[in-house]
Amino acid sequence: MSFEQIIFYIFSAILVAAAVGVITVRNPVHAALFLVMCFITTSALWLLLEAEFLAITLVLVYVGAVMVLFLFVVMMLDINIAKMREGFTGYLPLGALVAGGTIAVMWYVANNDYFNLTNMPPPERLAADASNTRMLGEQLYTTYVYPFEIAAVILLLAIVAAITLTLRHRTGTRYQKIDQQVRVKRDERVRMVKMESEERK
Amino acid sequence: MNFDMPNFLPAMPEMFVLGMTSLILIIDLFLNERTRVVSYLLAQATLVGAFILSLSLYSGNAELSFSDTFVLDPMAGVLKMAVYATVFMVFLYSHSYLRERGLFRGEFFVLALFGVLGMMVLISAHSFLTIYLGLELMSLALYAMVAMQRDSRTASEAAMKYFILGAMASAMLLYGMSMLYGVTGTLELTELSRAVQQTQGDRLLLVFGLVFLLVGVAFKLGAVPFHMWVPDVYHGAPTAVTLFISTAPKLAGFAMLMRLMVDGLPGLQPQWHDILVLLAVLSIGVGNVVAIAQTNIKRMLAYSGISHAGFLLLGVLSGTPEGYAAGMFYAIVYTIMGLGGFGMVILMSRAGFEAEQLEDYKGLNQRSPWFALMMLFIMFSMAGVPPFIGFWAKLAVLQAVVSANLMWLAAVAVIFSVIGAFFYLRVIKLMYFDQAREQGSLKPGADLAVVLSANAIGILALGAFPGALMALCLQAMGA
Repeated sequence: MSFEQIIFYIFSAILVAAAVGVITVRNPVHAALFLVMCFITTSALWLLLEAEFLAITLVLVYVGAVMVLFLFVVMMLDINIAKMREGFTGYLPLGALVAGGTIAVMWYVANNDYFNLTNMPPPERLAADASNTRMLGEQLYTTYVYPFEIAAVILLLAIVAAITLTLRHRTGTRYQKIDQQVRVKRDERVRMVKMESEERK
Repeated sequence: MNFDMPNFLPAMPEMFVLGMTSLILIIDLFLNERTRVVSYLLAQATLVGAFILSLSLYSGNAELSFSDTFVLDPMAGVLKMAVYATVFMVFLYSHSYLRERGLFRGEFFVLALFGVLGMMVLISAHSFLTIYLGLELMSLALYAMVAMQRDSRTASEAAMKYFILGAMASAMLLYGMSMLYGVTGTLELTELSRAVQQTQGDRLLLVFGLVFLLVGVAFKLGAVPFHMWVPDVYHGAPTAVTLFISTAPKLAGFAMLMRLMVDGLPGLQPQWHDILVLLAVLSIGVGNVVAIAQTNIKRMLAYSGISHAGFLLLGVLSGTPEGYAAGMFYAIVYTIMGLGGFGMVILMSRAGFEAEQLEDYKGLNQRSPWFALMMLFIMFSMAGVPPFIGFWAKLAVLQAVVSANLMWLAAVAVIFSVIGAFFYLRVIKLMYFDQAREQGSLKPGADLAVVLSANAIGILALGAFPGALMALCLQAMGA
């Protein structure tokens, strides 16, 4: 077994264990932390596949932003776990059926002749100084420029939609008036008082 | 690295719509309640401008651009122009409806235009990537529009259902795409069709991929058994939004089906033919039968839309250019009729009153003989009574089915549409032979009255002269 394979198995074992942890622990905060662990080990696996850019993005975006947000939500909302678990046994047969079907399809797809090593040979190793980010960038802004721009439009639409659905103009709410705060002068805030000094008792 | 500059010209309408939408987004910030009409006018101007651009770019040949992810062919040209015209009508219908309900906001038009852009991308897609992105752009706009009436519980519920089921459908579609990509190693449709023809041996994986793709498409078209969302969403959404989601996206859904099946997977024609037969029979059956049980006209029209989706599939499954043209004809005709149907619901409603129940149409003839006549045109056309346009649409798809030697399928479709005629005729009976529940004549706004009359008379006029539209569809499909 090569050193790389040893690393692969170590990270994979941690990944699977953490994934099991996500769905088995009772405390939602712990589940979210297990998910963070999943992401970090996955990014390690991607590093092994020479996908450095994706690995770093996964850590930065998912661990750094998404999961932090997730933890905030989990901690702020008072989620009643017992209530969420209600009806679990009722849905179990249907869920098991769907899960079983999905696993069967995945098993079939993954073990298909199309994807064995002769039809899909492993790609050649990249040179040590090959830049993943640069290659992705060149593809994104040339071959895939049209899909890339549409993806940007989807993000713009998402912002517009989110604001449309959540922004409410309430009357009577107190908010900061930044222009007035900036323009404020010392005289408006501080009053100089001349006093006689008093003797300490 | 060397890089060929893509040809931007065929994508001019897309760029124009995007630019104008962004402009409206910014201009709308500076408008107040009184001047909000500027957003509306700009949105309409955008559609007119895009129509002119698409018309000037219309030619008989297909043109690929952006590394073959984009195609402008006659089908794309015609469908895009149909989308602009449909959305133009939607805005005309919605104007006073939105105003009366406090929904007349710039975001409505911005979201709708983003939806239009999504449909355009989808119609002109020539790779899995652009199909998926166009679909998401369109769907995201639609989800948000359904939820726009925030204080309405039914609208929120409808938006939630639509969003969750839509996300599921997208996931299915992506799963199918990933399987096909795994086997063929390409996302581009022409190369995909070539690779599919060349695959040797086990085709089961391709068929798996195909099934997942069709689940996604059937969901977007609202075909049975993926129709669960249709009645709830049509019912729950504000009628102006229902008008939008029930019409233009069907054209895009049709284009998506054509791109995936006819452009991308002609090699699997025997397989998708069988699946489409199943979807079509179920849709026509369930749509027509369940519509009879409805007391709410929006739900009734939703089930009617499901059965129309089945008829549309009949055209495509025949597998001939004439059949595709018939399917396209059906899609366009359905849009015109759907506009009329939901337009009538808008016309009957007023601030604080939604004319959603069938009973609200009782005795319409006493209140307004003219609009009762217009509704009669629309209902007759939907039922497929000659000489209205709906008849020619049904005839065209049935001809395609018969020429594909599927007599039994044509017979089933005819039987179910006769059953379905019941609920269309019931509306007419309510209008003409029942006593009105409320007195006083119906006085819609002048713009609404003109648009609906034009729409309904258009259904009659197109029915009298269906040749031009049919010829256009045949030309677009190269038949």
